[in-house]
Amino acid sequence: MTNPLALIGRTVLTVLATIGRIAIFGFETISHMLRPPFYGREFLSALLNIGWLSLPVVGLTAVFTGGALALQIYAGGSRFNAEAVVPQIVAIGIVRELGPVMVGLMIAARVTSSIAAEIGTMKVTEQIDALITLSTHPMKYLAVPRVLAGVLVVPVLVAVGDIVGVFGGYAVATGTLGFNPAGYIRNTVDFLEPLDLISSLTKGAFFGFAATLMGCYYGMHSGRGAMGVGRATKSSVEGAAVLILAANFLLTGVFFSL
Amino acid sequence: MIKMKDVHKSFGSNHVLRGLDLNIETGTSMVIIGGSGTGKSIALKCILGLVKQDKGTISVDGKDAASGDRDAFLARFGMLFQGGALFDSLPVWQNVAFRLLRGSLKRPRDEAREIAIEKLRRVGLKPDVADRFPAELSGGMAKRVGLARAIAAEPEIIFFDEPTTGLDPIMSGVINELIREIVVEMGATAMTITHDMTSVRAIADNIAMLHDGVIQWTGPVAQMDASGNPYLDQFIQGKAEGPIEAVR
Repeated sequence: MTNPLALIGRTVLTVLATIGRIAIFGFETISHMLRPPFYGREFLSALLNIGWLSLPVVGLTAVFTGGALALQIYAGGSRFNAEAVVPQIVAIGIVRELGPVMVGLMIAARVTSSIAAEIGTMKVTEQIDALITLSTHPMKYLAVPRVLAGVLVVPVLVAVGDIVGVFGGYAVATGTLGFNPAGYIRNTVDFLEPLDLISSLTKGAFFGFAATLMGCYYGMHSGRGAMGVGRATKSSVEGAAVLILAANFLLTGVFFSL
Repeated sequence: MIKMKDVHKSFGSNHVLRGLDLNIETGTSMVIIGGSGTGKSIALKCILGLVKQDKGTISVDGKDAASGDRDAFLARFGMLFQGGALFDSLPVWQNVAFRLLRGSLKRPRDEAREIAIEKLRRVGLKPDVADRFPAELSGGMAKRVGLARAIAAEPEIIFFDEPTTGLDPIMSGVINELIREIVVEMGATAMTITHDMTSVRAIADNIAMLHDGVIQWTGPVAQMDASGNPYLDQFIQGKAEGPIEAVR
């Protein structure tokens, strides 16, 4: 029978080893970002795929989240006659927390999985070996364009998500809860501070880095066959989601202390 | 000349190469034969540095394969992968001209495309294939495109990993002929991995029989049938009985 302590020990060691390997992979990626050659076409293609093509899912997620948040705050606030705070709480909730996290998780679902599956398939069909024999470093050609695009474009998606999320709250509040449209916008704009926006966009950059890095890492370390690629894809999304939520907690702590 | 000396490679408890010695003379075509899982592809990947050997040395023209300028080293090689290994996201011509579109051999885009179309023509494909994507190609066409990519930058050394696997006998014959013609025409050193004996006879100047992680026999293809080596004889004749254990 397996010793439970040994099992826990092995699991902890495996998790620590994986964290270490991902950290090394991350440093390697950053180091390759700073050294030529650079693959502009792959970078532009990654920008399009991660940024532009993610807009529909980001927009839909944000508008529904903003709307639901307005309803929840109104319902909760009415218990102690504080319904009027809906614009302020929607704004701060979306911009500081829900916007970046929802966008990060959507990117993990849409982009991390697709990167891991694509690179994993390239690995099992020897396309990564082919890249090497064609004098092309896989980290530079596959990881750097995607991670750089993630860092640059996810903050833009978060900004879009913030605006659309606030709009979702606005639409519900003015459409069904009886708020004055001009007053809602004024309250939202007056309440938000530059630090709220900075924290939102900074989180976006970190989440973009985490989501794309996990896709590249698990894709490049994919096992053989369809099962190997499937496992890599699943692990990449799990890893990215956990990393995004952990980073969110840490970054929130940092911004709170400012 | 490619020289492998006492090369060992293990994956966990699986000792794939156990002291492989092999010399491939410049301008000759060497075919490595052996059963599945005997380490033929690993030997090839060790030369290219895709897999690092645990022990032993590999040199190309007297220089250690693992040291020196990696890009310059790899620029001397072309490789046809077993499944083609074409990049799905790129059209055929960009696959063929991949090396000519980036890195030290970079050419203007139009010129790279011209070269790609010329190489496609050389392997029997029409120019209209150039703008298709790999997913739109048949197995035989994908092999030809892989072959065109392998020769696009006119390498000195070309590796062929199972060039006829998955093809019908007629297409296998066409690919074998193409490989032979191209190798002779370019004066390249060729190393092929296969267990297709028709390919062996069509492509090889010399053959090496790999089993149990070592070369059991090596020599000119003309002497293959009269080698007297029990491993080679069993392999050529496809017998279940012999020193090579056949799992039933």
